[in-house]
Amino acid sequence: MSPKEELAVIGKPLPKVDAWEKVAGDTRFADDLFLPRMAYAKILRSCHPHALIKRIETSRARALPGVYAVITGADFPPVKFGIMPTSQDEEVLCTEKVRFVGDPVAAVAAVDEETAERATELIDVEYEVLPTIMSIEQALAQEKVRIHEYGDGPNIHKAVSLEFGDVEEAFRQAHLVREDVFYFEGNTHLPMEQHAAVARWGPDGKLTLWSSTQTPHYVHRAMAKVLGLPMSHVRVIATPNGGGFGGKSDPFSHEMVVARFAQLTGRPVKCTLTREEVFYCHRGRHPVLMWVKTGVTKTGEILGMHFRSWLDGGAYGSYGVASTYYTGVLQTSTYKVPVYKFEGMRVFTNKPPCGPKRGHGTPQPRYALECHLDKIAADLGLDPVELRRRQLVDEFSMTANHLTITTCGLGECIDKVVEASGWRDKFRKLPPGRGVGFAASAYITGAGLPIYWNKMPHSGVIVKIDRGGGVTVFCGSTDIGQGSDSVLAYVVAEVLGIAPEDIRVVTGDTDLTPVDLGSYSSRVTIMTGNAAKEAAEKLQGLLFDAAAKKLDVPPSALEARARRIFVRDDPDKGMSFPDAAQLAEAAYGTLAAAGSYTPPMRGGKFKGSGVGPTPAYSYSACVVEVAVDPETGEVRPVEIWIAHDVGRAINPLLVEGQVEGSIYMGLGEALMEEQVFRKGLHKIPSMLEYKSPTTLETPEIRTVLVETLDPEGPFGAKESGQGPLLPVIPAIANAVYDAVGVRVDEVPITPEKVLKGLDLRAQGKEPRVGPERVPAARFPEPIRVPLPGEDSTLEAQATIYRRAIHRREGPRS
Amino acid sequence: MPEFLTLRVNGEPVQVIAPVHKTLLEVLREDLGLTGTKHGCELGECGTCTVLVDGEPVLSCLVLPVECQGQEILTVEGLAASGRLHPLQQAFAELGAAQCGYCIPGILLTSKALLDASPQPTRDEIREALAGNLCRCTGYTKILEAVELAALRMAGEERAAAGGLGARAAGQGGGR
Amino acid sequence: MMRLPPFRYLAPRSVAEAVRQLADHGPDAMVVAGGTDLYPNMKRRQFEPRVLVGLRGIRELAGIRGSARQGMVLAAGATLTQVSNHPEVLRHYPAVARAADLVSTPQLRNMGTIGGNVCVDTRCNYYNQSYAWRKAIGFCMKKDGDICLVAPGSDRCLAISSSDTAPVLWSLGASVRLVGPKGERVIPISALYQDDGIQYLTKAADEILTEIVLPPVDGLRATYWKLRRRGSFDFPVLGVGVALRMEGEVCREARIVLGAVASQPREAADAGRLLVGERLTPELIDRVAEAAAKPSKPLDNTDLVYHYRKRMTRVYVARALRELAGLPVGEFPLGMTARN
Repeated sequence: MSPKEELAVIGKPLPKVDAWEKVAGDTRFADDLFLPRMAYAKILRSCHPHALIKRIETSRARALPGVYAVITGADFPPVKFGIMPTSQDEEVLCTEKVRFVGDPVAAVAAVDEETAERATELIDVEYEVLPTIMSIEQALAQEKVRIHEYGDGPNIHKAVSLEFGDVEEAFRQAHLVREDVFYFEGNTHLPMEQHAAVARWGPDGKLTLWSSTQTPHYVHRAMAKVLGLPMSHVRVIATPNGGGFGGKSDPFSHEMVVARFAQLTGRPVKCTLTREEVFYCHRGRHPVLMWVKTGVTKTGEILGMHFRSWLDGGAYGSYGVASTYYTGVLQTSTYKVPVYKFEGMRVFTNKPPCGPKRGHGTPQPRYALECHLDKIAADLGLDPVELRRRQLVDEFSMTANHLTITTCGLGECIDKVVEASGWRDKFRKLPPGRGVGFAASAYITGAGLPIYWNKMPHSGVIVKIDRGGGVTVFCGSTDIGQGSDSVLAYVVAEVLGIAPEDIRVVTGDTDLTPVDLGSYSSRVTIMTGNAAKEAAEKLQGLLFDAAAKKLDVPPSALEARARRIFVRDDPDKGMSFPDAAQLAEAAYGTLAAAGSYTPPMRGGKFKGSGVGPTPAYSYSACVVEVAVDPETGEVRPVEIWIAHDVGRAINPLLVEGQVEGSIYMGLGEALMEEQVFRKGLHKIPSMLEYKSPTTLETPEIRTVLVETLDPEGPFGAKESGQGPLLPVIPAIANAVYDAVGVRVDEVPITPEKVLKGLDLRAQGKEPRVGPERVPAARFPEPIRVPLPGEDSTLEAQATIYRRAIHRREGPRS
Repeated sequence: MPEFLTLRVNGEPVQVIAPVHKTLLEVLREDLGLTGTKHGCELGECGTCTVLVDGEPVLSCLVLPVECQGQEILTVEGLAASGRLHPLQQAFAELGAAQCGYCIPGILLTSKALLDASPQPTRDEIREALAGNLCRCTGYTKILEAVELAALRMAGEERAAAGGLGARAAGQGGGR
Repeated sequence: MMRLPPFRYLAPRSVAEAVRQLADHGPDAMVVAGGTDLYPNMKRRQFEPRVLVGLRGIRELAGIRGSARQGMVLAAGATLTQVSNHPEVLRHYPAVARAADLVSTPQLRNMGTIGGNVCVDTRCNYYNQSYAWRKAIGFCMKKDGDICLVAPGSDRCLAISSSDTAPVLWSLGASVRLVGPKGERVIPISALYQDDGIQYLTKAADEILTEIVLPPVDGLRATYWKLRRRGSFDFPVLGVGVALRMEGEVCREARIVLGAVASQPREAADAGRLLVGERLTPELIDRVAEAAAKPSKPLDNTDLVYHYRKRMTRVYVARALRELAGLPVGEFPLGMTARN
């Protein structure tokens, strides 16, 4: 790896490649597409949380002037879809049963949106209403009411149990064993752009779909399946996403509806969801009830941990199997947890389906765990930062649940935020009503496995060089605002010695671009970056070979920089980049190269080991200072300090943006955002009543970036888009405790909860607000997995791996 | 019934035939092809569709074109007069203030109205002015910084601003 | 995209013409000024007027005039921004400026009018929902249905008065001018409201509210405190308007008016009386706040838990009084608004 100072593009705070069109209002989002003769679609959605469909009568709707077509589930092949292969439980339009208010039932295409909407009101649906399940407790108690027929038990979508080492024995050895219960209410992504899709059925019998999706490849697969078309006749183009945060990662009904309508009407068809419908699509943060028990030594070292989670999954599977594991697997990747047991269960309820939201399944347990450790520190009379600081995971190590840690900059992160925030002068020392809280976290840089089992690369990139020196990069990735298009340009520019503005990036088009699995799991920079680097390096090789012949030097003497290829030790001797390109094309033919990336196969050899492994973990540490009004219970964050180990900041400006955005989203989740229901309906499906913080609720955010140059990442980069959200929520909760001595073990931390805690304190009772109990455990027998140290082959693997990366990359700078 | 309306949009007179109940947002996007104006709720609850009418930020989802005849309507497309980006646009691009960019047209226009009325706003004044524009990506941090940078530049303090940028470039990878 | 239902739009040039048009079209017609309340409600099909009488082009409905000595007149069409920024209003009726400034967002205040805010539709989270949502839960009596979903036993609608300016205007003893086909009348703003979520105004359907008349200042000091989750966008889930006339240290006249606790602004008259003839000591303030919270009966139909809102009535009344008495008001001035 090149030393840091030699890089020309990487590490520079450059504008994004698409910044100019974004500030000019020129970016075409899906709803900005207007095609000739276009029709508009509207979806009729269920008005019952749980009901059988007895009859659907569409004749009145069809008769309305301006209506082109009306469809129901009968207009699709009888196949179900879903993002996970094991949870194919969704229908484009429900045929037999509806499972939440908002479930799609029928659809209309018409001359305009108003007519389509009016026609949906003319569709008569006869329902037989079924009993409704709206909570985890109800799902487990009402065994006779079944939302789905599949799963690991009545209304249990998934139940898992894993034990790494003897956790009971660890508790017996412990100086202190503490149990706590937490609840994290569900919340949603609320991207500013409402989902939209446009479909066009060509005269050649091929389908093109433009959609605001984060995962065009998965949509491509689902479309072909549901429409009964060969994938080669379906083209999915991901338009720039006006915010995603995980909410546009599933294939959705409206995408398939416009496709079918385009086929039926011979017109392009658009469907743009209303804000209310976006709340129904959801796939957001699961409500999770959590129980955690930890045994520690006198000085707070963790000896063993047992964690249980109950996820309220809503009406469909979505990513839920992965979500379930994610509530359990990353407990071990921040601090050393030598012995660990995890039991998790996801239930079905009659609510919009939950799925992946920024941090996917990990912010809830991170909140629980960091508050739990804060309590342990208080029990032992230890500084909560010190308690954590002394038991961070080791670099290049393996956790109890067989996760491989590469670089870890958490120690430096902690030191940086402690210093920047003045922690030592503030903790337990601020006046009443003021407090500071601390938390830390780790997050994956891309999932180790794809959503569906296959041995192909996770990301592919093609780079093409034009005779004029112009470079085009093709990749299936999707820019949802995080800057993934820019990362491709920066990486290729760095390798070829040109400027990012010399590069055109073509992304998210299943006809034009090689597959990238999508913008989820913080995978894009590491996977597309590595693939782009490989492709660009191949071309660099050709350019160097051709230039070397002409200059009569060995290729290894050359360097590419500032749009020139020249002799490193004699920079005047060289040629322009376009000249080198022409020489190379003359010598080797058309200049194009592909690169691909597959994450290393890691993780244990047990069922469930696929979730959690990643090429590298990012680390974050956060301090929040809050002011709490003891009369109103209002919590106001005063300032937030965060340090994030991003491996290498490909562009520090964009990394800071990701960190700041994560803080913002965590802040909203901690204090005000919640997806709540009443009488089977979403209580507040609007931008006004679903409370997203404004400029006035968002405090100053102080970001410090820590670089550890991870051997797995392109130029050492790890993720930054999700991890920094994790510590914010527990840091706020811990700060509230420091400020007023109240433990709010339930997110969001609303004023009435704080006030209730203060009341309890005044009455001399335990000043804690949160869930009192958990359901009786009905987890399967645990899969008992040997600890890595107990299994010589695993330990050997880790050692081999450690040696391998050091050999490949050399010691870290 | 469709009505014939003459509006002034981005300094030019335009004629539209549209039903009176179509909002300015709909007419801008669907009849005039000015899709730079975005929408997030159409109920006045997010600020995304903000445009300027006679220099004041208003929500185009809650205005009828018939109500702004004779007034100057400015959309993001009109912000870059004669092809040159407005200093706000320049600053937003340079500082990474636009992530997904969806809320940005509305925020740029609201910011323009602020700087036109108050060329050197404090950070709190910028927060107040932008309190009606939700952004889910940025945490507002870079947006506030970009408005400040644009204000500095517009005040002719080019040098100070450039120095500020240079310092950022030098501090790569580090905190602030 | 949420769209408006079709309607005819009339643009009268005078109040007289507007009144005539309203009368001509009867129940099919509604007036619209800023549109910030009506248009979202129409998009959700809470109102479906066939004819809209647009008041924007009427000169008589624009402007702010008068003085502290004679009292001021806020034309109904003055925008909330104009009211909150008006130098004379700011100087002499700062509570009115504050209340106007705390409405929703800057954009919305540029559009919304003071008349519109005084007449703003009552709100309820069973009612401020799309047609499809309301249909799914079963329509309520305020639109399309016949029961109250907040309290099914109730024989009247319990939607909440959600005006920020009304409590302050009431506390100041402001009046409103109503112009109808039979002529015009000026009534105290307190008489404009009634405790019914549907018929929350005593104004006849064919009357237009043309001005708000503020009485001479004459020693009146007032303030407004607003409870809500965020510092912008949000409607009040509790508003407290307090006006006091002080003679030296002694309070001669006091009016405490609560917003967002009923279908109309509700005066805490008993609490106000406790202040008359007294000095504003912290002890008295606590007693008054306790008394003022009595008529506060919030229900579970808006943001924040209702018993919390009830409890906050006492805190916010106390803080409003402490502010007027020059006493410290706690950690966050203006509570959850995060502003000023």
